[in-house]
Amino acid sequence: MANAGIPRRAPLTARAAGLVACHECGRVHPLGFTTCLRCGAALSSRDPFSLQKVWAWWLVGLMVYIPANLYPMLVTTSLGKTSENTLLGGVIELVHIGSYGVAGIVFFASIMIPIGKMFAIPYLAIKVARPDSRSAHLRHWLFEVVEFIGRWSMVDVFVVAILSSLVQLGGVVSIKPGFAALCFALSVAFTMLAAISFDSRLIWDADKGNAE
Amino acid sequence: MGKRINYALAAHPSFQARWSLALNPAMAYGPGMRPLSIVPAVDPAILKDLVACPSCDTLHRLPDAGMNQRARCVRCHRVLINPRDSAMTKIVMMALTATILMIAAIAFPFLSLQSHGLSQRSSIIDVIEAFSEGMMLPLSFAVAALIVVLPMMRLAAIMYVLAPMSFGWAPAKGAMTAFRLAEALKPWAMAEVFIVGVAVAVVKVSGLAHLSMGPAFWAFAALVLVTVWNDTFMCRLTIWRTLESRAARR
Repeated sequence: MANAGIPRRAPLTARAAGLVACHECGRVHPLGFTTCLRCGAALSSRDPFSLQKVWAWWLVGLMVYIPANLYPMLVTTSLGKTSENTLLGGVIELVHIGSYGVAGIVFFASIMIPIGKMFAIPYLAIKVARPDSRSAHLRHWLFEVVEFIGRWSMVDVFVVAILSSLVQLGGVVSIKPGFAALCFALSVAFTMLAAISFDSRLIWDADKGNAE
Repeated sequence: MGKRINYALAAHPSFQARWSLALNPAMAYGPGMRPLSIVPAVDPAILKDLVACPSCDTLHRLPDAGMNQRARCVRCHRVLINPRDSAMTKIVMMALTATILMIAAIAFPFLSLQSHGLSQRSSIIDVIEAFSEGMMLPLSFAVAALIVVLPMMRLAAIMYVLAPMSFGWAPAKGAMTAFRLAEALKPWAMAEVFIVGVAVAVVKVSGLAHLSMGPAFWAFAALVLVTVWNDTFMCRLTIWRTLESRAARR
């Protein structure tokens, strides 16, 4: 290492310097300011209710995620016969058609991402209370992934909307949205809100360099 | 990739000592008190030259990164500043393009389907109305918001903030609020997610009937490309600082 011999100290944070930083525009103010002088956003050194909000959104997200998987996403009526497709059923159907690429995308967006988020969000929240400084980079990366990727789960809701508007061919075949579409959309929105509520600065507060 | 520039302040013990003296909050105000203007003994010019990483709170001296260079946070490696040549003009032009494409995408059908002699065309409006029956109605509003209303609001806000700036004028009234709104809307404007949804829907229906893409599909696809490209030009910090300095001049 270039600076071997000098123990690495944690970088000076705005809070340690007696400053409060604007989350929106990065401007720093002396502690005690409540609105940013540059952009007018509300200032808080750390959002004191961040974790409460994260847990609340995560919990409602989880609650609506269960019916989203049990109820049908799509109700197809073909020549008088009605069939129902759940979230997972839609993926299986795509595999049967033989389009593995699209099946992979849908599986990733509507099964993998939501389940991954359901585990990642509580992991991040728990780790704030029981921090270890070594995993900060990993947790920060995880947070960025969760924040970036969450919205892509909405794909399945849009697919349902497109199919039910397009496939309306009278008695031959028609598609209607199922109750799960609503639950799933809510679940995606709630977990997005959980990710947005998370104050990522909390991840780094435990980082004291590797002084020990 | 631009060169990485390190501007961390941690290595300056003199800075720390000076700061803790000047800015001891207990000394500056009593509990519950709110400062009105400038805290005594602090030169506001010093604070203007500092930036805290929004992700991890690490203090940096404001990197004056050259054009097309990016400066990252020393701790969490988030990009702090990434100025581009004449970015404001480019962003306004692209936002305008995106708005026109959005109007085209709403007006024309984007998919049509033929099967057993029957045919069905579908526009964005039809997609929004897909959930309009019974208790699914809120989802209709949500879909309308996610694919049309919020992206349009975001584009309008960006143009409102940056158009006067690209001419070198003072920022419009409420520009700060508008830009904060544009930033807050970013995760909820889901036009590009919708395009992937169209692609998936096309594959799902392809076995069932013959499908053809309408003009709106291509307009929407172009819109997504423009929006994504536009976002790469957006440097929040540069825009905020320009807004601040121009507002002060007014």
